[in-house]
Amino acid sequence: MKKTICMIPLYVWTLVFILVPLAIVIYYAFISDPHGDASFSLDGFRDFFSNPVFAEVLLRSLKIAFISTLVCILLGYPAAYFLARSKSRFKFVVIILMLLPMWINFLIRTYSWLSLLEKTGLISTLLTYMGFGPVDFTGTEFAVILVSVYDFLPFMIMPIYITLLKLDQSHLDAAADLGANPAKVFFKITLPFSVPGILSGVAMVFVPSVTTFAISQTVGNGKFPLIGDLIQEQYMVVSNWQFGGAISIVTMAVVLLLMYFINRTDSDENGGGILQ
Amino acid sequence: MGNNKNRILELSGIYKNFDGLGILNGIDLYIRENEFLTLLGSSGCGKTTLLRIIGGFLQPDEGSVFYKGECINDVPPHKRNINTVFQKYALFPKLTVGQNIAFGPKLKKWDKKKIRESVDEMLRLVNLEGFRDRDVTTLSGGQQQRVAVARALINKPDILLLDEPLGALDLKLRKEMQIELKRIQQESGITFVYVTHDQEEALTMSDTIVVLDAGRIQQIGTPQDIYNEPKNAFVADFIGDSNILAATMKHDLCVNFLGYDFECIDRDFGENAPVDVVLRPEDIILGAPSKNENKPCGVVTSSIFKGVHYEMRIDVDGETIIAQSTVNSEPGKTVSIDIIPENIQVMHKCEHSPDVKKKKAEENAEFKLEAAN
Amino acid sequence: MKKFFKSSYLVLIILFLYAPILVTAVYSFNSAKSRGVWEGFTFDWYKELLERDDIIEALSVTIVCALIAALVATIIGSMAAYGIGSKQKKGNSFILSLAYIPMLNADIVTGISLMLLFTIAGLELSFMTMVLSHITFCIPYVILSVLPKVRQLDWSLYDAARDLGCTPTRSFWKVIFPELLPGILTGFLLALTMSLDDFIISNFTTGSGANNLSTLIYTAKMGLKPEFRALSTVIFGIIFIILIIVNVVALKKQKNNKRGNEI
Repeated sequence: MKKTICMIPLYVWTLVFILVPLAIVIYYAFISDPHGDASFSLDGFRDFFSNPVFAEVLLRSLKIAFISTLVCILLGYPAAYFLARSKSRFKFVVIILMLLPMWINFLIRTYSWLSLLEKTGLISTLLTYMGFGPVDFTGTEFAVILVSVYDFLPFMIMPIYITLLKLDQSHLDAAADLGANPAKVFFKITLPFSVPGILSGVAMVFVPSVTTFAISQTVGNGKFPLIGDLIQEQYMVVSNWQFGGAISIVTMAVVLLLMYFINRTDSDENGGGILQ
Repeated sequence: MGNNKNRILELSGIYKNFDGLGILNGIDLYIRENEFLTLLGSSGCGKTTLLRIIGGFLQPDEGSVFYKGECINDVPPHKRNINTVFQKYALFPKLTVGQNIAFGPKLKKWDKKKIRESVDEMLRLVNLEGFRDRDVTTLSGGQQQRVAVARALINKPDILLLDEPLGALDLKLRKEMQIELKRIQQESGITFVYVTHDQEEALTMSDTIVVLDAGRIQQIGTPQDIYNEPKNAFVADFIGDSNILAATMKHDLCVNFLGYDFECIDRDFGENAPVDVVLRPEDIILGAPSKNENKPCGVVTSSIFKGVHYEMRIDVDGETIIAQSTVNSEPGKTVSIDIIPENIQVMHKCEHSPDVKKKKAEENAEFKLEAAN
Repeated sequence: MKKFFKSSYLVLIILFLYAPILVTAVYSFNSAKSRGVWEGFTFDWYKELLERDDIIEALSVTIVCALIAALVATIIGSMAAYGIGSKQKKGNSFILSLAYIPMLNADIVTGISLMLLFTIAGLELSFMTMVLSHITFCIPYVILSVLPKVRQLDWSLYDAARDLGCTPTRSFWKVIFPELLPGILTGFLLALTMSLDDFIISNFTTGSGANNLSTLIYTAKMGLKPEFRALSTVIFGIIFIILIIVNVVALKKQKNNKRGNEI
C-alpha cells in the first residue's frame, strides 16, 4: 500500500514533464500552422527529406558523434581497465580527478579549448616556434571531435570502470588456469563482461554528441552546422515549431534505432545496458 | 502431556496459502512454558511460515494464535512479547554490538544504567564479554549468532523464536552452538521455538519435536518418542537411518515382512492389515543361517567400516536391509536376520510408505510414457 | 615496465582532461587581452570579475537552482526507487523506462519539449521553469543510484526492528533508511553535478533575468572575453579546494574508525 503511494510523485512528474511535453513536440510537428487553423500536415517532414542539405547535416552529425564515441571507447577503455585492476592507493585520487571536470561547467570546459586551438592559441604558438607557421584549428571537424571527446570522455570511463569493478578475479584465474593466454583472457572474459558498461557509455556519449550545438558553435566557429544547431535555430530563431519538431523526431528516431540495434546485438547474452 | 495452565501458546486450525498453494494445512499445536520445542522438516514444509505466524509477521488465513489464552491474531510483532533470532541474524550493520543488543530496551525507554547493565549481562550470557564496542560486520558467523541471541533475549521475551539459526555455521561451530543454545535456554528459562531441517540438531537439543511435512504435523513427541516410535514412514525416514518395509499385520502381536512372521508388541491394527515396519540398523541381529530356524536370509553386498561399527547392506530377495554391527560380515557371505519384538515399530500406511511411493513413481512413469507417446 | 606504462597512460588522460583548464588559468594572469601574447602578470581580470554583478548573480542562480533541483529530484526519485525496488511487478519496468527518458533522450529535445510545455501553459520562462526542468532531468540519476540499494536491502532487518519493538514507520527510519542513505547521497551528488553542468536544457527553459552561468557565458559570448579566464580559474579553484577538504575529512574519519576498532 504505502509503497504504491511512494511512486505517485514520479507518475505525476513523468506525465506532466516528460510525456506531455514530448506529445506537444510531436503534435506540432504534424500541424501546419500553429497560430492559425490547426490542420494535419506532413510538410515538416517533406521539407526535411526534399532538401538534401538537411540529410547531409544529419549524416555529418552522426559521423562526428560516431567518431567521437569510438575515440572515447578507445581512449577510455584502457583507462577504466587500468583503474579497475589497480590496487594503488592513488586510485581514488585518480578517479576523483577524472570526475572533477564534470563539476566545471560544460560551457567553461568547451570555451577553454579556444586558448589551445585558436590561431593565437598555445598549440599554434608552439608550432610557430618550431617553424610550422600559425595554424588555426578552430572551425575544423577535428576540433569539434576533439572537444566532444574531451567533454564526454568521463561519461565513457565511469560506466566501464564500474562494470569492470564487478569482474571476479577468480574468473580470470580460472581462464588462465585452463590455458588461456592474457590476450585470450581479455577477449574471452574481460571484454564480454564489460559490454554492458561500454553500452551505457555509448548511450551517454553518442546521444549528446549527435545533438550538441554548443561545441560546433564555439570551436567549430559555426562553420558547419550540426543537427543540434538546426533544431535550435528552428525553435529559437525562426520559431517554426513544425519543421523543428520534424527534425527532432527524425533525429531521435535515427538515434533510438541505432541504440536499439547496438543494444539488441548484446542483450541476448548480457542483458546489460544503462537500464539495468 | 502437561496441563492447560502452563500452555503459553496455542495454535488452532492454522491454514496459510501463498498464491493458491497451501503452505500450512491445519496446524494444531500448543507450546508449554520453559520448553525447547523444535519444528523439524525439510525445506518447503511450512516451518518458517509457521514461525513467522507466531512472530506476527504473517497473518494466518484461517485459525487462531492464542497467547496465554488470548487470541493475538491482530497483534503486530512489535507488541508481542516474542522475539526472533533470524536466519541470517539480521544484525543492524550500522550499529555496534552493544547498540544492537540495546536496540529493544532503548525503544522501550529503559533507564540508561539498566540498559548498560543488561547489555553486559547479555554479553556475559553469550560469552562475548569485551565485544560491546565492536563493529558487527567484523564478527565471525558464530559471534554474530551470539549477538543475535543476546539482542533478542535482553527483551526478556516469553518466547524466543529461532529460524535455522545455525544453518550458516560450519559443522564444528554448529555442535558447539547447539550446546551453548541449550545452556542459554536452561539458564534463562525462556521458551524456545526452534526451526531446523537437521534431525540430529533436533534430537540433541529439544524437549519436544514437531515433525512437519507438506504443511501438516506428522508427529509430536519427545526426541525418544520420535526416534523409537515413529508414527509413520515419513517420520521414520526423516529421523535417523532406518529400514522401512511394507508389512502385513497378521493379528495382534504378529507381523509379517520379508516373507516371515515376526513376533511384535503392537496391537489394534486389525487382522491382515497392510502396515509399515521400521527397523533401526543397529537393532538388526545378524547370524549364521541355519535350517532349523525360520528366519529370513540374505547376501551381504557391501560393508563399510564406520569407526565404531560396520555398516552392511544385505540383499534379502531384492529388498536391501541396512544393518550395523561391531562384527564384520564380508560381502558375499550369507547371513540370517533377526530382530527382537521390542525393536519392531509397526506404523500405519501413509503416502510416504515405500510401496505407495513406488506405485506412485510407476504411475508417474507410465503417465509420462503415455504423454510422450 | 608494465606498471610504468599503465601509470603514464592514466597521467596522460588526466593531463588531457586538465590541459585546457590549466592553460586558461595561466592566461588568466596575462595582461594582454588576447591569449596569444604574454604581456605580463596581472590580477586585473579578477578585479574586473568582482565588479561584474551579472556574473556573481549567475553564479548564485546556478548554485541555488542546482541545490533545489537536486533536493526535489532526490526526494521524488528516492521515493520512487523505494516503491519500484521493493516490489516485483511488470508495470514497474514500464514506468522506469518512461522515467529514464530524459537521461537517454537528447538534451535538446528535452529542453525544447519543456519550453513548449511552459509556453503553452502560459508560464513565463524564468528561474522557476528552469528549476522544474532541472528536476525533470535529475530524477533518473537519483533513481539509478538508489534502486540498486533498494534491491540489495535485507528485509529481515526490517522484521528484526519490528520484532524488537518498532512500529512499521519507525522500523523504516531506523533500519531501512540508513541502508539506503549512501545511494540517496550519491543520487543527490549526481543530480547536483548534472544540474551544475547543464547548458542545453537551461538555455531553452530559462527566461530573461534568470541567467545561470551557462546561459550567461553563451548569450554574452563571455568565452571570448578575458574575464572568462578568471571566472573559469576561480570555479576550478573553488572545486579543487572543496575536494581537498572532503578528502582530508574522509581520510581522518577512516583513521579514527580504524583506531576505534583496535581498542
